[in-house]
Amino acid sequence: MSKNSEFVKFDKVDKSYDGKVLVVKDLNLDISEGEFITMLGPSGSGKTTCLMMLAGFETPTNGEIYLDSNPISNIPPHKRGIGMVFQNYALFPHMTVYENLAFPLKVRKVSKDEIDKKVDKALSMVSLTGFENRMPGQLSGGQQQRVAVARALVFDPAVVLMDEPLGALDKNLRESMQYEIKHIHESIGVTVVYVTHDQGEALTMSNRIAVFNDGKVQQLSSPDKLYEEPVNSFVAEFIGENNTFQGEVSDISNGKCKVKLKEGEIVANPINVKSKGDKTTVSIRPERALINPSQKMDNNYKGKIEEVIYHGDHTRVRLNVLGNSDFILKVPNSSQNIDIKLGNTINISWNSTDARALDPK
Amino acid sequence: MSSETKQILTTDGIPLEVSLKKAEKKNKIKAFLLVAPLLLFLIITYIFPIGEMLFRSVDDRMVTNMLPKTFKAMEKWDGKELPPEEVFEAFYLDYKFLVEKKTFGKLATQLNYEKNGFKSILKKLQRKMKKFEQGNYKEQIMNVHKRWANVEYWRAIKRRAPDITYSKYLKAMDMYENEDGKISQVSEDRRVHRILWLRTLEIAFFVTILCFLMAYPIAHLLATLPMKYSNLLMICVLLPFWTSLLVRTASWMILLQQQGIVNDFFVWIGLVGEENRPEMMYNKTGTYVAMTQILLPFMVLPLYSVMKTISPSLMRAGKSLGGTPFVAFWKVYFPLTIPGIGAGCLLVFILAIGYYITPALVGGASGTLISNQIAFHMKSTLDWSFASAMGLMLLTGVLVIYWIYNKLVGVDNIKLG
Repeated sequence: MSKNSEFVKFDKVDKSYDGKVLVVKDLNLDISEGEFITMLGPSGSGKTTCLMMLAGFETPTNGEIYLDSNPISNIPPHKRGIGMVFQNYALFPHMTVYENLAFPLKVRKVSKDEIDKKVDKALSMVSLTGFENRMPGQLSGGQQQRVAVARALVFDPAVVLMDEPLGALDKNLRESMQYEIKHIHESIGVTVVYVTHDQGEALTMSNRIAVFNDGKVQQLSSPDKLYEEPVNSFVAEFIGENNTFQGEVSDISNGKCKVKLKEGEIVANPINVKSKGDKTTVSIRPERALINPSQKMDNNYKGKIEEVIYHGDHTRVRLNVLGNSDFILKVPNSSQNIDIKLGNTINISWNSTDARALDPK
Repeated sequence: MSSETKQILTTDGIPLEVSLKKAEKKNKIKAFLLVAPLLLFLIITYIFPIGEMLFRSVDDRMVTNMLPKTFKAMEKWDGKELPPEEVFEAFYLDYKFLVEKKTFGKLATQLNYEKNGFKSILKKLQRKMKKFEQGNYKEQIMNVHKRWANVEYWRAIKRRAPDITYSKYLKAMDMYENEDGKISQVSEDRRVHRILWLRTLEIAFFVTILCFLMAYPIAHLLATLPMKYSNLLMICVLLPFWTSLLVRTASWMILLQQQGIVNDFFVWIGLVGEENRPEMMYNKTGTYVAMTQILLPFMVLPLYSVMKTISPSLMRAGKSLGGTPFVAFWKVYFPLTIPGIGAGCLLVFILAIGYYITPALVGGASGTLISNQIAFHMKSTLDWSFASAMGLMLLTGVLVIYWIYNKLVGVDNIKLG
């Protein structure tokens, strides 16, 4: 049986709350069955609105959302059969863990034996067996989170939505919960739509990431592609660290372009530039620029070290290169790089394929 | 290792435990001194008056003190037939003393509470007494009026002998201790208090229900509306709160009277004819309407403060898990508002049960409550002990309701804000 690649489909969806500003603009998004997709973006970018439209708490102003090829805009939330994990867990404080998990089953008129079985299974999935009779208030944040996940999954929904579920947890717990949710997803194969503003979370967990900004999907691709090959300067800026140069294309040929900066010129990979004279932002990942590389590269410059910050496994070096004094380098801490000292001038190089000429900021 | 824990000493050699206690004691005294003014205030303004009320409701020394010789002489009398000559003589002497002191009127009032008809015969006795001869008082007194020859009146006097009486409580329940010392009910046409008690409970109960039904949606709206609208609505809720109770009641009188605005409107839309405008005031309807409006904020505020704390995502969670909006409301939202419902209902019920001004003004005859009866005895009949007895019964009733509520819901579950 082949999986439906358009299991959830946003078709030309617009959303406006006040009739003046569109918070979601012409959204087209296909989510395939069993996929873990993350909507990533800064606050106010429209990602939560999209999730709420999918859950049924908001209706699209224009366009239609399809679930398994059926339009769902006119179906109320309780008939959609979509599980949801809320930002603040939204566990029912007056019910025990068991009652919380039994709630979606009871309203579906599942028999008592079946409820017991399913609740048991869901609790063991999040390793909370034995907590049936606790009240949510007696659980730690991480445990409440697990109960919320178990409750969203216990009635075997086709899609589970998660709205920044790990936002309230501390860093270590958040990381371990990321893996846990990822493993649960892998083991039961449910489709997950996950919303977060934390790029690290998005990169670790997702099959694909949709980067939202200003009500639009800026890029939809797998985590590695998103990081390595951002299609515009917003994505490059938002995901990971990024060194940028503002300039103007002075020549474009053979899949390479020359970009004239205020001081000097660099060779770059033309992504969003078409012709000579285009303004552009060139983006280079910090780990792609090397110090004194062994093999030959087509961009070679000198830079003066302005700041050295020790990070344990690596050192961050801030350089002044080609008039940009915020150029960051990540240097692994090994014996090779002993001449990294404040004030020294070093040679740095990168390949033109890693210098992506994107849209101007 | 020794099993004894080593005593820890502070730097100046005193055991830590001792110096800790000393420090805490100082703090405790300070704390007590801070609350002392309030405690004193409470004792003077609340506990002491209630104690005084309790005492007054059972105190019956007035008659005892006025007729000391009579009651002494009556000790030997079995109350079956007319008392012997000694009792008559003692009564004559006591009464003479009262007449000389000009306080015999009080005795007449007190004895008249016990049995009707005392007032006139005591007055007559006072007039005739001047010509009494020494000795054989029994005959002389019996000749003043034929009631003096009736054993029932003498029994009535004897009943007032003890220092303490619970007759006021019986009276409040439309009961009395009859001649044989048995508790029995007063005749049917004189049973006014029981009707009042039941009516008070009934009105308080239905006012609470009405307030709850009206306040729940308002409070929900208040808790869910955006700030700028909810503030306005909150002012609308509180505005009557800031207006004088008397003004509000008076405005209801303007609205509800037979030639009032509400009736005019009913006639105008053709709901009722000009000739038979319904009476909405000076009866139960008026009491219900005005009391519900006046007590409404007491229900809205506790409900609102509880609803404000309920996260909207809980209802969403309920719906997303498959509950219809009603199920989500009934199983998730409603149970979480119970502390507010409890607080609001308790507050409104307790306030309603002792309500005075509104029923006095718009209640008429069929809409007055027990508090109006209490006020009547305080102001008009001056039977303060009876008023105290009824007041205490009301207080006890409130405490019982509070106790039942505590058993059912738990006082810890009350949330006022």
